[in-house]
Amino acid sequence: MDFFQQKWMTWILIGILGIGAFAPLYAGDARFPQWLEVVLGGLMSGVLYSLVALGLVLIFKASGVFNFAQGAMVLFAALSLVRLMEFMPLAVALVVTMAIMVAVAWVIERLVLRPLVNQEGIVLFMATLGIAYFLDGLGQTIWGSDIYTLDVGMPKVPKILLENVFEGGILVGMEDVIAAILAATLVGLLALFFQKTSTGRALRAVADDHQAAQSIGIPLNRIWVIVWSVSGLVALVAGIIWGSKLGVQFSLQLVALKALPVVILGGFTSIPGAIVGGLIIGLGEKLSEVYLGPYLGGGIENWFAYVLALVFLLFRPEGLFGERHIDRV
Amino acid sequence: MSDDAKTLLEVNGIEVIYNHVILVLKGVSLLVPEGGIVALLGANGAGKTTTLKAVSNLLRAERGEVTKGLIEFRGERVDRMTPSDLVKRGVIQVMEGRHCFGHLTIEENLLTGAYTRSVSRAEIRADLERVYGFFPRLKLRRGSQAGYTSGGEQQMTAIGRALMARPSMILLDEPSMGLAPQIVEEIFEIVKNLNAKEKVSFLLAEQNTMVALRFADFGYILENGRVVMEGTARALSENEDVKEFYLGISTAGRKSFRDSKHYRRRKRWLS
Repeated sequence: MDFFQQKWMTWILIGILGIGAFAPLYAGDARFPQWLEVVLGGLMSGVLYSLVALGLVLIFKASGVFNFAQGAMVLFAALSLVRLMEFMPLAVALVVTMAIMVAVAWVIERLVLRPLVNQEGIVLFMATLGIAYFLDGLGQTIWGSDIYTLDVGMPKVPKILLENVFEGGILVGMEDVIAAILAATLVGLLALFFQKTSTGRALRAVADDHQAAQSIGIPLNRIWVIVWSVSGLVALVAGIIWGSKLGVQFSLQLVALKALPVVILGGFTSIPGAIVGGLIIGLGEKLSEVYLGPYLGGGIENWFAYVLALVFLLFRPEGLFGERHIDRV
Repeated sequence: MSDDAKTLLEVNGIEVIYNHVILVLKGVSLLVPEGGIVALLGANGAGKTTTLKAVSNLLRAERGEVTKGLIEFRGERVDRMTPSDLVKRGVIQVMEGRHCFGHLTIEENLLTGAYTRSVSRAEIRADLERVYGFFPRLKLRRGSQAGYTSGGEQQMTAIGRALMARPSMILLDEPSMGLAPQIVEEIFEIVKNLNAKEKVSFLLAEQNTMVALRFADFGYILENGRVVMEGTARALSENEDVKEFYLGISTAGRKSFRDSKHYRRRKRWLS
């Protein structure tokens, strides 16, 4: 397998994906504006996958745990926000929900992570599975299990852009544009936090070596609370955007399943990877659905991401941007 | 070691049990005076690392527990503190096998060492330069990921990282592990230098008895979780038993290990 895992494999994979993306233009049955519309739509939905993936990456980076509960956290945050908004103005509800997510992080650290310190990764993973089910139940017990509409004032009406360039212009959802801007800001802030602050550095240190971090006096407990809080906040942002798109309901947590191929693609330890991975998957899904769908019978959107992830697992298991294992021989 | 030196660390009859069943230390006592370099010697599995981890409180993460005895640092009981509290009080451990943060650069590794201190950026910069002063080699490689540096550089990074916490005492575990003799020498020179210039005390666990005794002022020999011998470095290195069992030199010239006399003598010595 060594042969496939050379550095140039990355470029070949990216190349194939690139060709795939532009192929419809030359295959004859696509008009440029329509293609552009599909591409934009794909990128926008990709941004939303990225948001969920981002939460996964954050926790994985700092504690080496694959957090199965990320989807449940998205749902829990969105549910809390939507129900709180019935009693208070949006801004207050937002702050209260943030506080709730930090409290959730604190409780998880106390009751789950602390007793399991220095256990195998798989043990922690199983624990997050438990957290997922618990949060699910708790959220629905407290907040109810109906479908709620979340309205945070995002413009719902799509706009027609570039009307004077193409005939008929292209249709772009303003909601998606705002989501993309939000996600980009979030990523920028997180990157700054990880690279420039001493807490961010400590988070990366813990990710590399728990014990060594402990030996130089980095308090693991506090680091975990921080990282779960941050990923709780990311879940909140994802919950707001997905929630206002699809309505706040149980199926919201299934978006986390789509985040899994995203992190496999981008690499479990890379924040930019989560973004690029999300974009590639969103784009690939939409393009293949629209242009390959007629030949393969449709429904591609549902499995495309997983097949792509499988290919990456074969040829580039650390993902596009993941940290390579540094082995000293 | 002069008698009037103040005691910095006192370990008094500690017993350590792993996983509630495995008794590893059976009553270890030792003293580290202010400004001293104390060596903890012994073979594999004698309990050197466990002793250090008991002091730095890293044991709990490995399901170990100090069940008897007490540990005092500057007269204050420290055996119930978290590692982080201990670092703030000036005791820091450099673990066996370096344990650098492989994906962080050398400089970032060093900076993490200052995590527990709340001081200004300028002060941390100054400390960084101070560490580079002791390890000029690190300054050249400041931008490379620690995982890609040599073993010696990683050991230096680990010690430098500990220095960034401004400790009064470093628990140094097996600094010679896997390093070329020349590098070992270099590292020990730096330890000596730090001890003289920065007044950092060291408790040093080491298998390389020869080197350790050359640089330490006092030594304890551990066997099977007990201190079987203690004395000044000079006295230990002149002791016939130590020479034979740990330094591999004996007055009788080359000896055969088939010789049963050797084992009988060693057995007597241990009991």
